[in-house]
Amino acid sequence: MRGGGLCNHSLELTGLAGDPTSPVHRLDPRAKIIGLVAVTLVAVSTPLAAWPVFAGCALVQVAVAASARISPREIWRRVRFVLPLVLLAAIFLPFVRKGGPSYEIGPLTAYEDGLEVFGAVALKATIGTVSAVLLGATSTFPAVLRGLEAMRVPRLLVLIAAFMYRYLFVIVEEAGRMRAALAARAYRPRTALHAGALGRVATAMFLRTYARGERVYHAMLARGYTGAMPQLSPLTLRRADLLFVALVLLALVPLRVAAQVSA
Amino acid sequence: MSCAVHAVGLVYSYPNGHRGLDGIDLHVSHGERVAVLGPNGAGKTTLMLHLNGLMTGSGALEVAGVDVGQRTLGELRRRVGLVFQDPDDQLFMPTVGEDVAFGPLNMGLDRAAAHERVAEALGAVRMQSVTERAPYQLSMGERRRVAIATVLAMRPQLLVLDEPSANLDPRARRELLEVLARIDRTMLVTTHDLPLAAELCERAVILARGRVVADGPCREILGDPELLWANDLELPSGFDLDRVELRPRPHTKHSEQREASRR
Repeated sequence: MRGGGLCNHSLELTGLAGDPTSPVHRLDPRAKIIGLVAVTLVAVSTPLAAWPVFAGCALVQVAVAASARISPREIWRRVRFVLPLVLLAAIFLPFVRKGGPSYEIGPLTAYEDGLEVFGAVALKATIGTVSAVLLGATSTFPAVLRGLEAMRVPRLLVLIAAFMYRYLFVIVEEAGRMRAALAARAYRPRTALHAGALGRVATAMFLRTYARGERVYHAMLARGYTGAMPQLSPLTLRRADLLFVALVLLALVPLRVAAQVSA
Repeated sequence: MSCAVHAVGLVYSYPNGHRGLDGIDLHVSHGERVAVLGPNGAGKTTLMLHLNGLMTGSGALEVAGVDVGQRTLGELRRRVGLVFQDPDDQLFMPTVGEDVAFGPLNMGLDRAAAHERVAEALGAVRMQSVTERAPYQLSMGERRRVAIATVLAMRPQLLVLDEPSANLDPRARRELLEVLARIDRTMLVTTHDLPLAAELCERAVILARGRVVADGPCREILGDPELLWANDLELPSGFDLDRVELRPRPHTKHSEQREASRR
């Protein structure tokens, strides 16, 4: 069914992983969102010197991953995709931010202060990414959306995310077919001049997507859509959900506060 | 008695001046199954969209006992179920269950009733097992049947299907035909699949250039090669109309009422 598209391998990196019946998987999506966002916030707000807080965050994540039976390999497979993009933004810091001893690396000069900031950013980015990966591996995308909606995230944003998720696969399939059509007619770009065809493919994709948008809207109207998305199964918070959030907060907040006091 | 479709002199011009419908006169009684045939561009889809108030032309149009107009749209869409040609346009929710519940919830049913409708409609198309799946995980034939369920869940009086057998392999087509034959509703089916029309519908209408050019028993219309030829239609070569039997109607409440009203 997958059309051999442009980025199928990254689509396979979405969806559940681990044991779908684990206690973590069965938590209310809201509990997981709050818990894992809390881990990220604690990490982001902590200075590098207070390293025990980072260790605490990592421990919580390891505990979550272990009880959800997600292998380190699976987490690495997913983190590997996101993290380089995040780190790319910070890679210049050691060379730009001056202060402290400096090191010559070829024609470049790295400074210790900059390296320190880079280290902090990398640590925080890793913890944040792992949090997101854990959320994605233990909850389906529709469940996360439902959780966000129940947490009063503006409906329009949730709706856009929902449609993006639904039609991402359709568009990727379409892109795959168009790529196959180009390749079938021996399209192999060698110089920048040949890239023109890709531009036309992009235009065609845009127009098709636009036309599809209109048809989908028609289909929604035909079934009585008047502006509000109805919800089939409302979420219910159980004791386990509250327990999960409480445990995460109890583990991290005292650590974080202690770091503040001793600083 | 009111009728399922009553169109007199229905005209619709596209913004570019092209006449999509050029004076359609069509009368369909409750309980009929009518095949709407015609080449591409004859106005079949335009007519379908009119039946649900998604396009409005000039002329008189009454559908399922409702005068089509801005004020009656809600009631009209409750009574008329439109199944679009591309199921990817029709299935826009993250999961099949939520998609089937979309119409009933928009109609104002509560969640328990909506759950019942989902089970009933998916049962009618023999797709109960996919409630929690995402539409992109289904095959084309399965998507098509789920698309029909999304409309059946609203218990419409009139079912309008746009090219239901397009892009289906023979087996999926056969399964679809079996599902459709069991549905006891007034049906309007646009199709290029003349054998499907012969098995499913007792009456056929040919549209050409936005007008009804032939209207009569399906067998007579399909058995008139010159008429078909003149309208860019043809039966598959070697197809023997006499060896195809019209599918019997299901015996349910609706059919009894229909029999009673005939007597």
